[in-house]
Formats: sequence, C-alpha cells, structure tokens
Amino acid sequence: MNTLSLQHDPFNLIITGVGGQGNVLGSRLVGNMLSRKGFSITIGETFGASQRGGAVMSHMRISTHGNFSPQIPKGRAHMIVALEPVEAIRVLVDYGNPGVRAIVNTRPLHPAGVIAGNVSYPSIDELQKWTCELSAHAWFMDATFEAMKLGNPIFANIIMAGALAGTGTLPLQRKDFQTIINEQFSSEKADVNLKAFDIGYKRVEQEMG
Amino acid sequence: MSDIKNDAPPIRHLMMGNEAIARGALEAGLRVAAGYPGTPSSEIIETLAKQASKHNLYVEWSVNEKVAMEVAASASFANIRSMCVLKQPGLNVAADFLLHLSGSGTRGGMVIVSADDPGALSSINEGETRPYAKLMEVPLLEPGDFQEAKDMTKWAFELSEKIKNVVILRTVTRLSHASGDIVMGEIPEFTGKVEFRHEGFIIDPMEGAVMSAPVEYKHTLQQQKLAQTVDIFESSPFNIYNGPDKPELLIITSSICSLYCREAVSLLNLEKRVGILKMGTTFPLPPQFMKRHLSLTDRIIFIEEVLPFLEDEVKILCAEMVKDIGIKTFYGKRDKTIPMVGEMNADITLKALADLMGMTYQGAPEDYKKKAQELSFMKTPGREPTFCPGCPHRASFFSIHEALKLDNRHGFVCGDIGCYSMAVLPCGFQSIKTLHAMGSGTGIASGFGQLKRFGMDQPVLSVCGDSTFFHAAMPALANAVHHQSNIVMVILDNSGTAMTGFQPHPGLKTSAEGSDAIGIDIPSVCRAMGAHVTICDPFDLESTKETLLNMMDENKGVNVLVLKQACALSPEKKQKQKYDMTIDESLCQGESCGCGRICTRIFCCPGLIWDKDAGKSKINPVTCAGCGVCASVCPKGAILKKEV
Repeated sequence: MNTLSLQHDPFNLIITGVGGQGNVLGSRLVGNMLSRKGFSITIGETFGASQRGGAVMSHMRISTHGNFSPQIPKGRAHMIVALEPVEAIRVLVDYGNPGVRAIVNTRPLHPAGVIAGNVSYPSIDELQKWTCELSAHAWFMDATFEAMKLGNPIFANIIMAGALAGTGTLPLQRKDFQTIINEQFSSEKADVNLKAFDIGYKRVEQEMG
Repeated sequence: MSDIKNDAPPIRHLMMGNEAIARGALEAGLRVAAGYPGTPSSEIIETLAKQASKHNLYVEWSVNEKVAMEVAASASFANIRSMCVLKQPGLNVAADFLLHLSGSGTRGGMVIVSADDPGALSSINEGETRPYAKLMEVPLLEPGDFQEAKDMTKWAFELSEKIKNVVILRTVTRLSHASGDIVMGEIPEFTGKVEFRHEGFIIDPMEGAVMSAPVEYKHTLQQQKLAQTVDIFESSPFNIYNGPDKPELLIITSSICSLYCREAVSLLNLEKRVGILKMGTTFPLPPQFMKRHLSLTDRIIFIEEVLPFLEDEVKILCAEMVKDIGIKTFYGKRDKTIPMVGEMNADITLKALADLMGMTYQGAPEDYKKKAQELSFMKTPGREPTFCPGCPHRASFFSIHEALKLDNRHGFVCGDIGCYSMAVLPCGFQSIKTLHAMGSGTGIASGFGQLKRFGMDQPVLSVCGDSTFFHAAMPALANAVHHQSNIVMVILDNSGTAMTGFQPHPGLKTSAEGSDAIGIDIPSVCRAMGAHVTICDPFDLESTKETLLNMMDENKGVNVLVLKQACALSPEKKQKQKYDMTIDESLCQGESCGCGRICTRIFCCPGLIWDKDAGKSKINPVTCAGCGVCASVCPKGAILKKEV
C-alpha cells in the first residue's frame, strides 16, 4: 500500500459557488476520489433554504489521520475552488491567507441586488486583480463557457474538479475520476463528464508548463 | 454518494451524518420508519426509503410529525423496532403525543431522531431538542462524530428496549449535513410474525393496554426507567475524556462541538493543559462519572449549541456535590464567554480558549486580514436568497402584490413555512407580513378575519404550500370557515414538498417508497369544508390578479385560490424549457421605459441580466428556465417567448 502524504495535514479545501451550480456534487466527487485512496475526509456543507440563489460552500478536510471539524477555521484554507468569481473573493476574505491558492470560474452569476440595479457587480479585471492580491497563485477560466460548449452549463463543476486535479496539489488521478463516474452514470453521460474533467485538467496543466 | 447499500463490512466509507444514522438504524434491525421532511433531517427517511424493499422495511413520509410518531409507536407496540425522524420544530408538533408515549412506555426499541439547526442555516428558528428529554423524562443521546452517529443510533434501540421507553437522539445540521468516515457493521435479517399483544393484565407492559394511565403508577415507573438509564450511562463508551490528569481547564462539550474543541485545543497546542470531556449521554447525566471528571480541575468551560443545557445540568450536579468536589468557576453561555445565539465553530472556541488561557490566536496574519477587509468593502455584492428562475412563487407573489396595491386598502399576507417564506424578502415583493409555524398563516388570518367588528377593514390573505396544507393548515381552514372569517387563503400548489427535495405528501399519487398512493384533491377538501374555491395557473398573471381582486372585493367568508404550477426544480420540469426567451433590443427601452424597468428592478428573476452599460435587459442563457412569465411583465412586449 502506498504511503499517504499531503502538502498540509489536514489539507483544507473550499469549493464555493451559488445554489444550483453543482458544487455539493463536485465536492462529494472529489471527496470520494480521495477517500478511496485511503484519506480521511470530512466535508461540511451548507445547503437547504440557503441554496435558493444564495452562496453555497463546501469545506473539505483531507487528512491521513481522522476526521476534523466540518468548518475550516478562519484564515486556514489551502486551496479554494470557486465556481463564481465574487464568491472567490468572499471566501478569500474569510478563509484566505498569503499561502492560499485559488481556481476561479470567471463567469459571473449576478445576485438579485445587481439584477435590480441596487448594487453593482465588479468588473472581471477587478475581480482577478483582487483574487491575485489575496492568494499565492490563482488560475482563471470561463468554465461555464466551456461547459456550454459541451451542451450544459452544469458541467462547469466537473471542469473545475479537473482543474483542481491538474494543479497536482492533491492526489487526484484521471483514472480514479473515470472509475467513479462510470459507477454513477451511463456510458454516454460518463463520456461527457470525462471530457469536462480533461478540459479543466489540461487548462491548468498547460499553464503550469 | 455513499455505499449504504453495500453490506460488506468493515471497509471505511465516506458518508453523510444522516446516512450514518440511517445505516445505524438498519444495523439495529429497524422495521418501521416515519417522518415529515425538514432540513436538516430529510435524508434519513430518504435513505431508508431507498432500502425499504431490499431490507424489508416500511418507510413513510407522514402527513405531519405527530402522526409520524404515532405510526412509529404502533410498530414498537407490536414489539418491532421503529424510528421517528423530524426536525426540531416537528418535535413541538409531536410533543402532545410524546408526553403520553413517554408515560405509556414502549415495547420494541423506538428512537426519535430530532435534528436541530443551530444558527438557523435552513430554518426561521434555532429551536432546541435537548430540553424535551428533561421535560418528557426520557433518555437523550448526542453523537459527536460520524462513526458515533451510526454506532449511537444502533445502540439507542438496545437502550430503548432495555428500559421500555422511547429514546431521543439529537443531531445538528453540521453533523447531519457533513460527511465523514464510517466503518459499517452487518444488517440483520428479519424473521418472524408481528402481533400486537393486548389481552394480558391491563397494566402489563408487554401484554396489557398501552397508555399513560394510571398516572401515579406509570409516572413512577417512568422515573424508575430514568434511574436505570443513569446506571447504564455511568459506564457508557460514548462519554470520553481526553486530556491531562490535572488540566488547568476542563471543556465539557457534546455533539459536533466536540470536533471544534479538539481542533481548537490542537491549534493552540494546549493538549497538555486543557482536557476535553465529550458527553454522548447528555440526559440524564451520570453523576458518578461526572464527579470523577469534575474533580480534575476548578475551571470549567461549556462548549455547546444552542441553549446552555449541559451547562445547567452540570451546575445542578456541582451544587449537589460541592462538599466533595469543591467550588468551581464556570465559563459558558451564562457568563457570555460563549454567545447565547447562533451556531458554534472552531473560531469561537479558539477565541474563548485563548482568552481563558492568556494566549493570543490569529488565523491569517493581520496585514492580510486588513487587505482582505478593504477589498470586501470595495463592494463585493451580497447574495441574498431569492426564488429560482422559473419559480411559480415569484409569479404568484407578483400577482398578490399587484392585487394588494390595486385594492389599496393596506391588505397583507400571513405567511407560512416553505420556500415561499422568502416572500418576506424583496424576491416576494415583501408581501408576507407575519411568519411563524407550519399552518400558522391561515390560523393567524382566521383571527385577523374576525377583527372587522373592531373596525379593521384591511383585506386578509394567507398563503400555504400543498404539503403544509395537509400538515397543519387544514384545521386552520376549518376554523376560518366555521367562524365565517373573512379571508383569502392562497394555496401555492407546486406538486411536492419542494424546499426539502420533493418528498411526496397526501396530495400526490406516490409514497416515500415510490409505490402507488391515493392522492387527495386539495380543492375538493376545501370545498367539502365549505370554502369557495378557484384554481388558477400562477403563470397567467392577469387572471390570477383578477381573481384575487374579486375575492378581496367580496370580503365574505373564506375564499380559497389554488395556484397550481410545479416547482421549477421538480423532476418533471428540471432541464426542460417550455419557452426559448429572447429580448428584442429595439423594443427594450431600459431605464427610460415608463414601467420603471419592471422586468429586472421589480420582477428581478435571476434568469434576467440588467446590462447597465448597454441600458438593456438581457436573458441569461445559463440560468433562464424558460417559464415565459417575464414576457407578460414587460409592457413594451420587448421580451419574446417562442415555444421550444
């Protein structure tokens, strides 16, 4: 059996987004991939009424030795995956630190206040600048646009999971993703999911050189 | 996510707290489970329902929590194991029956799983289960992690059978909705034939009549059962002390808070100075076990949520034992070391411990925090909850709001529990003006409808969902009809218990297990009660508004308007657009439109975008559900719908 190792133990991962973007599903997928490798996983999720257009966060604690609190203490995230760019800032403000890294889907989902015109939504340039200021490294991609090319914006969460794998931060392998996806979906659906995973993986891998 | 269906032990699985509870019940040989949906409890019954045919269970979504508890109790009376699952406000609903059940006692192991929502993450209250154990004089268990959620549930059935009374297992959102590692056990096979035995001597616990009378005899027996429970709790493996022999500070904690304590002690490197006493059996507390640990130190802090329940119980014991254990200094909710409201987390625990131990703690460095705060003040827009794109409630409340404005007599809506509770917010045009329990909207409206005699001339409306109608609004409607209250009751029928995930209810033709059920027709029930009933499609804004105006104008007796349109997230609608929506930019006049930009400023569906730079409204192709309603909102006809 391989010896399990992590850059930090526990490794604190936050997957954030807006209700309906599928981040709960994404976090469970990543959690299951790591759990099967032998890691102890704790996932804390906020859903329920708050998912109706509200911000939804999954806190994942990945460890070689047991379960941790389902809420990461403030300022202690190691990696943030954001399905929405303003949510990336919100999470960085609470859980970020100079060493945190972030993968950000740049497609905005306007809150009701913005649609109504009561508050304005920052420009993507501003959001990227702030994300970089608050992190050691950040990756940006329009995962929603890529997902729509695959036929449905919902695949953005799988693209982002692929991107997370592509950073090499966690032992997330394509074949592990493939195994889980094949168990859960028909072969046709599994294929699209795998395509989505590869898109995210390659985007980050290219940038990493 | 989990492999609850996988029977092979002892592999470790990643499982949700609620799934772990369901698994524990299966391993205990559960036969009957009943509940009513409520976040964060719903996944327990859902998980069990999926296993019903494989493991020979009966699982139902009952009409409300009181009936759920009665259904579960019947199985216990027939000497098989049963479980009632509810969220804390549901325990209030079932409390009348619980008082009598705890007095009558049970036969087959019976467990009540009650889920609290500290911090009201998915509720409009943070009601507490634990004082009920004391009030009803029954044992209380609180799992502290995921493995315990499974193991304790299993053991709760054994305890219940041993003392012949019901046992309450209390969970909280952060355990129920979090996931962690579980090692599973075996699920036993069911054999035998079930019978309710009732022909023995009248007070025989296993063969007599099941009742809480004669009260003096049964109440004494109930207290003997509690005394027996104390003996069992004295050596319970669910009460664990971790720490030095002579700690400077003792933390007493329970439930998921024990994980926050462990993390805080570890982050502050206090393992050699602070001890953690994690209690799993929190009522009645075992006095000898407590005495041994209370003797370790003079300083004690309580980390728990929401009420100071452990704190008060321990203080009673300390007062009784003061001669033996000496005087203590307590920190907790009573002295405001810990907040009295809201949920706990590692950060609150870290701060309290650091302060008490004379240390400082910071998460991120100060300069980072300062920079982060500045950026967050640079207007990262908040994200208040709203109705989903295509939600029938947005259309319903748009019409209700319009009708109330046109009527112009300061009419208002008495609200109820469901997604539509959000109509207190701008997404529902702030139409709802009272908001309390399940069914309370119509009960309160029934009362308002009587105030005409004192000069009140405002139209009174109530709203309630289809599941809520059966749960608690039917008695309120009967009351309003019987007393000729002048009200308009609007039933927002979206074909399921939508907020908690489309659980069936008595109005639908399917059961929790997915088998056929008899659907009860809501309009027919209302008519049979004597109300005047009209049915409208809420997506038809004009006729909905007209109907409401007529009903308010009539102002005589009870008018019921059933607004029928399935939830946008319902399996029948999800991912299926009825219309392809576009905006004719030559017609859209943006801010200069006489309507005051009604589409985005007022109707404000998340399927729309207000493009400030272009001065035009747009359709968001990612989120638009294609319901077509916004087309009838735009006075210029700039929003176009084309049938898909």
